[in-house]
Amino acid sequence: MSEAQYQPPPVAIHPAPAPEHAHHPWLQHHFDNMAQQAEASTLGMWVFLCTEILFFGGLFMAYIVYRHASPEGWQEASSQLNRFWGTTNTLVLICSSLTMALAVRAAQTSQSARTQVGWLLGTMVFGVGFLGIKAIEYYDKFVDHHVPGPYFHWDGLYPKPAEQFYSLYFAMTGLHALHMIVGLGIMTVITVMAWRKTFDAEYYTPVEVAGLYWHFVDIVWIFLFPLLYLVGGHFKGA
Amino acid sequence: MSGHVAPKSMYIGIWLALVAGTILTYLVALVDLGAMNNVVMLAIACTKATLVVLFFMHLRWSTRLTWVVAASGFFWLLILFGLTMQDYLTRGWVPGTWR
Repeated sequence: MSEAQYQPPPVAIHPAPAPEHAHHPWLQHHFDNMAQQAEASTLGMWVFLCTEILFFGGLFMAYIVYRHASPEGWQEASSQLNRFWGTTNTLVLICSSLTMALAVRAAQTSQSARTQVGWLLGTMVFGVGFLGIKAIEYYDKFVDHHVPGPYFHWDGLYPKPAEQFYSLYFAMTGLHALHMIVGLGIMTVITVMAWRKTFDAEYYTPVEVAGLYWHFVDIVWIFLFPLLYLVGGHFKGA
Repeated sequence: MSGHVAPKSMYIGIWLALVAGTILTYLVALVDLGAMNNVVMLAIACTKATLVVLFFMHLRWSTRLTWVVAASGFFWLLILFGLTMQDYLTRGWVPGTWR
């Protein structure tokens, strides 16, 4: 009788767990595999970037409304910004995006920690350079009394739109600079991780996601640059 | 883990296009084209942003779900701009009278 007893077929409801050494050390237990984990992280970052688009979007909205109210006033105000530094800073930021993309690629292709750290440090150097140039510009604006407030002074036809323009200039570039500072903090963490040989072709999601953030901040500047600096590019004066 | 590895030359090419766009938009701004200044400036900025999103941010090789999420961000931005301006533009304010 014991031989004839019914034995249920060995159907596994869940796949048998792989042996411990088969798991990548960075794979969280709630993900099936590294690809799924990477996709979830990337998607989450894009959702965050959507909130960031609207975060900056409010300021761009204010820009549209007030520029519409006084187009000539905004041209006059914009013409007093330093276009040389503005253009230089745009190029600096574009270079930092290139080094960031190459840092992601270095991790993706399992290049040495030294190479990865090199590209990441290059990105940070460009980022710091950007903030340095921004500091020079802010300093000049303080000297010229172009900072909104009781000491604002404007030699032109449109003092009120100019003050409004510079309120938005400082709000928008200030918020952008804050994002750059946060980005430098993120890059510091990523650089330390890269130095400790964390990233290779199997696992580079933190570099990829930090890159998404960095490129997004670059895109914000791509729009800030023409809208703030170039509007008054051909302003002839009153 | 899979992930598209683009050649280094592609990144350099995109970077060159971004640099060229920056210099071009600067030069165009010095010429008075009237309302066309805004059109050209925004067209160049949108092209540059699209290049960054597609290639530097790897959206070109991302899943369709990522495409939808990324597109939704810009879609909501257009709702913000559109609905706000349909209010401001229909109030009978004369643009250019504020100084």
